[in-house]
Amino acid sequence: MEAKDKIIERILLLIAFSSISILGLIALFIFGEGLPLIWKVGPRAFILGERWVPSQGSFGILPMIVGSFWVTFGAILLGVPLGLACAIFLSEWTPPLIAMVLRPTIQLLAAIPSVIYGFWGLIILVPLVRNYLGGPGLSILSGSVILGFMILPTIISISEDSLRALPPYYKSGALALGATHWQAIWRVMVPAARSGIVASIILGMGRAIGETMAMIMILGNAVKMPTSFLDSARTLTTNIGIEMGYASGDHRQALFATGVILFLIIMILNSSAIALSRRRRS
Amino acid sequence: MSTVFSENLKAEVKNLSFFYNQVQALKHVNLPIAENRITALIGPSGCGKTTYLRCFNRMHDLYPGNRYEGEILLYPDQLNIVSSEVDPIEVRMRISMVFQKPNPFPKTVYENVAYGLRVRGERRKRLLDEKVEKALKQAALWDEVRDRIHDLAFNLSGGQQQRLCIARALATDPEILLFDEPTSALDPTATLKIEELIMQLKKDVTIIIVTHNMQQAARVSDYTAFMYLGEIIEFDKTEKIFTHPSKKLTEDYITGRFG
Repeated sequence: MEAKDKIIERILLLIAFSSISILGLIALFIFGEGLPLIWKVGPRAFILGERWVPSQGSFGILPMIVGSFWVTFGAILLGVPLGLACAIFLSEWTPPLIAMVLRPTIQLLAAIPSVIYGFWGLIILVPLVRNYLGGPGLSILSGSVILGFMILPTIISISEDSLRALPPYYKSGALALGATHWQAIWRVMVPAARSGIVASIILGMGRAIGETMAMIMILGNAVKMPTSFLDSARTLTTNIGIEMGYASGDHRQALFATGVILFLIIMILNSSAIALSRRRRS
Repeated sequence: MSTVFSENLKAEVKNLSFFYNQVQALKHVNLPIAENRITALIGPSGCGKTTYLRCFNRMHDLYPGNRYEGEILLYPDQLNIVSSEVDPIEVRMRISMVFQKPNPFPKTVYENVAYGLRVRGERRKRLLDEKVEKALKQAALWDEVRDRIHDLAFNLSGGQQQRLCIARALATDPEILLFDEPTSALDPTATLKIEELIMQLKKDVTIIIVTHNMQQAARVSDYTAFMYLGEIIEFDKTEKIFTHPSKKLTEDYITGRFG
């Protein structure tokens, strides 16, 4: 029996490590392919360069970095108030029966393939923006709105969890002092759940910054520095997604290098989310 | 209730019953609450003493299906605080509560004490400063925290946290202060300090305290009600309850024969 246990233990260990090693391999591969080009172009010129013309050998990805941050910022601007309001409503006001319907429905939002979001945005949102606000319609604004919806499930479920995980005495303590339900929520419970809520926002940002397919369809993919929310733009992810099909040589390496930058940004976001949720537990 | 009650009344419970859905937790209880005195509720676990206490500031309203019958009249205006027509917020503005476990908010010492004032819309900084200082002094905490009132409240010791919760409850000048086993999570030294504090506070505020610790009730309270299975078995001056109880059940409990 014991020998068998040992074998099973070893196998499980191997499986656990292989999933970690895949992460390591991916990182190694991207960095291995991308870093040489970053050195060749120069990190400064690569990150701060504004011209991306692969055929002429100019590889500056600043417009894409700015584009990624703009759509992410826009998504947060829309997704956070909406998501937080939804989380508060679900944890504090929704009758259990309705919550039982709402919660899985919100989870379902996360299950919709991003190409469907992109499709919907292209057909409904882009014409709306073009007709009512001007510009090409394929714009940071349209992308932000779609992304805002896409990050809702992340923000709602993690924020709601952290609100529900609060010890009940915060609420009763506040109410016992004469606070209204809303005052207890806004001045005690939300601040108490802050680290979880911030973690949900960071994870949402990670999702937004990594989204590719929907953005390819909605953003217009123009390689220029965006100057307004109605401009077309290109993000780090869409840059890779669009051009990888035909790139070769330095161009191909430059796309991997774009991946390196994206990888670093997402790593920073995720590890800060993990650090924050640790602090919440202790 | 054999004693002729010569005290000024701050509140009076008349024929109060309380139900958790179908389960009756309090059965037609009556109790006078003397102004500026300490009334203790004692009894074995599950006798309904905490349930009783929580009726006084309508904490049961947090859960649907809870129901009050009868009256708790708050004097001088004879407001029936368990009436469904009375806003529980209005009741809690006048009757505050200190819980079993110290439950400071994740805020600074200052903001904890100021919370009750802020929810009442108080914004004037000078007045907030004054009231916070006064409440911390009343709770015998000022000297220990005066240099760190802008530190997080979690950095205080357990006993200090509980005194902070008392200061927080006092800051809004409540008429009655409810204590729900306030020392059960504290060590003996901290307990002693809280007890001394409670005795000092009665000059400012009427106090009702629930305790499972009979010595505590004997030490701090002026009046004691002994509860059993949702009923008040005996109510009298504390001295009388602990020396010459008139009911056999009370005597059995205070002599430790059950509980």
